Amino acid sequence: MSRQSDFARAVVDADTPYPDVLSAPVGSSVLRRFNVYRNNVTVSLVESLTEAFPVIAKLVGDAFFAAMAREFILEHPPTSPIMALYGDAFPAWLSRFSPVSNLPYLGEVAQIEQARREAYHSSDQTPFDPALLAGLTPDQLGNLRFGIHPSVRILGTTYPALAIWARNSNEVPLVDAPVGPVLITRPFWSLQMCAAPHGTIQTLEALSGGSKLGDALPETSTAPKILAALFSSGALIERTHAND
Amino acid sequence: MQFTKLPMSAGVGFKPVHYSDLASPGAVTWLEVHAENYMVEGGPRRAMLAELSERFAISAHGVGLSIGGEGRLDPRHIQMLKTLMDWLTPAQFSEHLAWSSHGGAYYNDLLPLPYTKTTLETVCSHINEVQDALGRQMLLENPSSYLFFKESTFTETEFLSEVAHRTGCGMLLDINNVFISATNLCQSAEEYLDAYPLELVGEIHLAGYHEEEIESGILLIDSHSAEVSDPVWALYHRTIGQIGPRPTLIEWDNDVPDFATLEQEAARANAVLQAKAAA
Repeated sequence: MSRQSDFARAVVDADTPYPDVLSAPVGSSVLRRFNVYRNNVTVSLVESLTEAFPVIAKLVGDAFFAAMAREFILEHPPTSPIMALYGDAFPAWLSRFSPVSNLPYLGEVAQIEQARREAYHSSDQTPFDPALLAGLTPDQLGNLRFGIHPSVRILGTTYPALAIWARNSNEVPLVDAPVGPVLITRPFWSLQMCAAPHGTIQTLEALSGGSKLGDALPETSTAPKILAALFSSGALIERTHAND
Repeated sequence: MQFTKLPMSAGVGFKPVHYSDLASPGAVTWLEVHAENYMVEGGPRRAMLAELSERFAISAHGVGLSIGGEGRLDPRHIQMLKTLMDWLTPAQFSEHLAWSSHGGAYYNDLLPLPYTKTTLETVCSHINEVQDALGRQMLLENPSSYLFFKESTFTETEFLSEVAHRTGCGMLLDINNVFISATNLCQSAEEYLDAYPLELVGEIHLAGYHEEEIESGILLIDSHSAEVSDPVWALYHRTIGQIGPRPTLIEWDNDVPDFATLEQEAARANAVLQAKAAA
């Protein structure tokens, strides 16, 4: 084992003794000093998860969240120095973490928090302006193809995760959101979230696969609602040859 | 506007919460950003930085290359750094004499290395690789220390001097780290600075620390969470008196204060720099 392997293992695991290559000034404890690194690593990673998942931290309480985050960090340490999206494995891990099995909606709420981070840092693109559609006949409209805005994240939920998120976050006023798809976008500089109609996920998949709008929308009365949700959230972009 | 050099005055570490405070010019004349925070595809954070880079000289400060790592540098990370540098074209790039990644895991802290012939060769080859990839000189920052490595055969200042001599890199002198290490290792900060390659300093860092009581006295923790301490200001005066004005950063990364507090610290550094420039 290399020197840095020994050091790294002891930094993340307090039961592993610090490497004996270290020393301290006479009369001073090496352990006390080595613990500075242990503390820096753990505290900074717990803090970055707390910042990333503030609603989960509020729902379970900061102390419980910190203890839970320490377990997650041991199983899923960051694999890159880019911390902006660290924690992508946290929602699925949370769904399997047995001490919170009495709060089965936590995984979906965490998915919303992670999707918001991804949308926030996604690449910038101008959304399609629905004003350009004025005057088109329904047939002409149905023949159009669209691209998907790079910020789009859509989650299917089986718990009222959006309502739980909204009630516990300082970001938005209370929304009465039903169980169902949650659409997250960042068309310009601010995140947008909405409860999307059922069928929105399939419509986005079809559009992304190159289908015409008329073929991508379901033949039900929700089609106009889906269209309104996609346009008002800036989820669509002009389809160019590059994404054909 | 393209800034090819940092001004010989005070800058601060940029925090998005202070964006609107930077609308009008003040004591802060340049900004430093952690490179890794901007290695994302887009979004408001990058847009703010792009706008600020039109008005302020920017120093890109890496925290994730793991220059002191035993293994190879991560080629993906070097590529992302190069992409960022080509986009931002900052006035300067700096990194740390430390390691932060090992075996595919990232530890989010600057971890220490022994100073030996083996680590000297590894660090030099890593710095050469970075400078070649970026096509520019980088500055290397001295760490804050809590421990010795029994196997070290160089002092830190000997090690830094030799790295600079072999690679042509410049020095980022963190005076807070000098004071922290000297206090923690029962050494003299003045003797450290007398042995340090001061002529290669392209930037100075000033920051605050946090004190903990230990059985043998006081342990200083490099927390970047407080005002610059009086002994660090004294060492700063001494250094500027010897080498003249250098771009000086106020680093405050945790418990970030309001911008007025940062500006007061920057103004204090500017006063030291202006007094020397006028002398």
